[in-house]
Amino acid sequence: MKDSRNTGQGKSKVVKYNKWGYIFLAPFVIVYVTFQVVPLFSTIYNSFFENFRSGLIQIGPNWVGLENYKKIFSTPELMQYTKNTLIMWIIGFVPQIIVSLMLGQWFSDVRLKLRCSGFFKTVIYLPNLIMASAFSMLFFALFSDVGPVNGMLMSMGVIDEPFRFFASVGATRGLVGLMNFLMWFGNTTILLMAGIMGIDVSLFEAAEVDGANSWKRFTRITLPLLKPILIYVIITSMIGGIQMFDVPQILTNGKGTPADSATTLIMYLNRHLFSKNYGMGGALSVFLFIITAILSLVIYAIMYRKRDKN
Amino acid sequence: MKRFKKGLALVLAAVMTTAALAGCGSKPASDGGNTPNVSGGAEGKVLNIYVWNEEFKSRVTDHYPGYVKVDETNGKIGDVAVKWHITPNENNAYQNNLDETLLKQASAAVDDKIDIFLVEADYALKYVDTEYTMPVKDLGITDTELANQYKYTKDIVTDSKGVLKGLSWQGCPGVLIYNRAIAKDVFGTDDPAEVQKKVSDWAAFENTAEEVKAKGYKMVSGFDDTYRVFSNNVSSPWVVDGKIVIDDAIMDWVEQTKNFTDKGYNSKSTLWDDVWNKGFYPEGKVFCYFGPAWFIDFSMATQEDGSIAKNGGWAATEGPQGFFWGGTWICAASGTDNPTLVADIMRQLTTNETIMKEIVEKDNDFVNNKPAMEAMAKTDYKSNPLGGQNPLPIFAAGADKVDLSNLSAYDQGCNEEFQAAMKDYFNGNATLEAALANFKKNIVVKYPGLKAE
Repeated sequence: MKDSRNTGQGKSKVVKYNKWGYIFLAPFVIVYVTFQVVPLFSTIYNSFFENFRSGLIQIGPNWVGLENYKKIFSTPELMQYTKNTLIMWIIGFVPQIIVSLMLGQWFSDVRLKLRCSGFFKTVIYLPNLIMASAFSMLFFALFSDVGPVNGMLMSMGVIDEPFRFFASVGATRGLVGLMNFLMWFGNTTILLMAGIMGIDVSLFEAAEVDGANSWKRFTRITLPLLKPILIYVIITSMIGGIQMFDVPQILTNGKGTPADSATTLIMYLNRHLFSKNYGMGGALSVFLFIITAILSLVIYAIMYRKRDKN
Repeated sequence: MKRFKKGLALVLAAVMTTAALAGCGSKPASDGGNTPNVSGGAEGKVLNIYVWNEEFKSRVTDHYPGYVKVDETNGKIGDVAVKWHITPNENNAYQNNLDETLLKQASAAVDDKIDIFLVEADYALKYVDTEYTMPVKDLGITDTELANQYKYTKDIVTDSKGVLKGLSWQGCPGVLIYNRAIAKDVFGTDDPAEVQKKVSDWAAFENTAEEVKAKGYKMVSGFDDTYRVFSNNVSSPWVVDGKIVIDDAIMDWVEQTKNFTDKGYNSKSTLWDDVWNKGFYPEGKVFCYFGPAWFIDFSMATQEDGSIAKNGGWAATEGPQGFFWGGTWICAASGTDNPTLVADIMRQLTTNETIMKEIVEKDNDFVNNKPAMEAMAKTDYKSNPLGGQNPLPIFAAGADKVDLSNLSAYDQGCNEEFQAAMKDYFNGNATLEAALANFKKNIVVKYPGLKAE
């Protein structure tokens, strides 16, 4: 403390202002340390213990070393649930990125002269404001065996008897994907739109003068220049996808039915909490943390490299 | 810098004072927690009751003398405020909440301590076999007062040392409840004695299912309807020496239900879901359900216009096998500050014959009082949902036969997980082996202390 004051007073005003930087940073650092760093390390610490509750009786914590990790990696569940999570993420993400790119392009193209684009931008964002749980309850009711969707399909003569959406692997995963798509495409559209609007208009004009049609302009100018944003969107969505929980949890009543085909990694984590199994839960969380960290590093690397070149 | 230091000092001082004050705040509370007045003296002003649905609340509201309703979750008995803490059973929420609160019971403020909590048969042992439940004897209720209760209702809530720790007002022997209109249409009669011949054992039950299907009806609503009948007639508990055991009787259920599903004898519903509930109305076209007395009152939409129950369209018969299902037990939480009131609620609802008869008449329940039930079985008591039939003789006979030697503390999780896993097999989403593997995989996640081979 004394040192810093000495240098602060002795040299210049710049250092003197530094301390305000620290003060302004303090709230974030305090919150970050209490709610992120401490839980992170306690999770890692917990993952080395056998620690659960059997009924009302507490077992442990007993030090077991890497036993929990061995258990998690030796069972087929981890692979199966990772696969489920990925499949459901892809089902939702592919249409999401296509639709968002299309909408982003249209909304930012001044020559299309879209009317009420402000209104539509708001509307496509709205599903994101509904709580995911409420949204899945709604879908659960809509697509139930005696729900309105089945009623409609039957009265239209498409099917003769109710299609049991939640007894079909494809339909359940499809519905989860559809809901994630509906909830997130607005958000992605806005991100991509910002990216597209950041591209220099003169590039488009030059391309047009050279005789490029709109598809060419999109694939040769928009897409390459949008790449950093696109990668950012993909990776953040992937991190969000890994943490997929509320939609499938509520839609399948926590069971991941049919046949555990809609159980995600976080739902698996949640199951360990039934018996307050902090050891296994911790080990699984560390696994998720490592995957997420790798993905984040990928973003960082890509963004950083890009800036360097420029 | 000086100002910064001053500011820092202020902040630190503030933090320290807050911490000190917080310490002050919690100290008297925990002190109060260490001095519960269990025996005599002035008792608490707040009675906290933990439940998962409205059933017990309506029994107390309707039948406990002196209970005054204030609003949906508050009441009054004399000058004691009654607080209902209702947490639904869904996803184990009720037990999670109860567990957390019970574990903090010793340090909770007097008015926040749990006084009464309710348990179901499937997980009664989880609570009864701990020190968190108070022996009934310690509340001053003697064995002679309980002599009229069915033995099985006491067996469920007796801990491993033979101490009785809870009481129930109801008995839950199950019966087969069938739709009179369908019986008339298919067999030409709705007389319980005649219908019983059609469902006297599982072979006959299956033949009848074919007959019922030929007329365009479903024998049962879904997969889980017959589950309790099989799972109550097992020869071994779910867990033996820390290992999961799947009993032959349970595998019989799997076989029968798969067969019924493939042949179209049910409408593929799951317990409590929309399709399952539809069977309580004529459009559901379901011939029968299995259930105890509470099932009729609680599930069958007795108050809804257009329901079969409201029009007295059901009838009861013994069915292929005796069984029991559910039931609710009143437990006193250790550390309660209202032991006298808790004891009185238990006494009034589970031993007072007048009140118990009222419960039968008003709520169509079957109560836990053997002589009273046997006497009422001989009267002309009429159950409205059952079209004026007196089901008490069937219930009374069933209650005597209930055998609970194969109960374990893990029943709830095992039953739930097993039914959920088998649903995939019935729906054709998994082979039997895969479904069994899924069950074993999920049960050890739920109960990490168990082994499943």
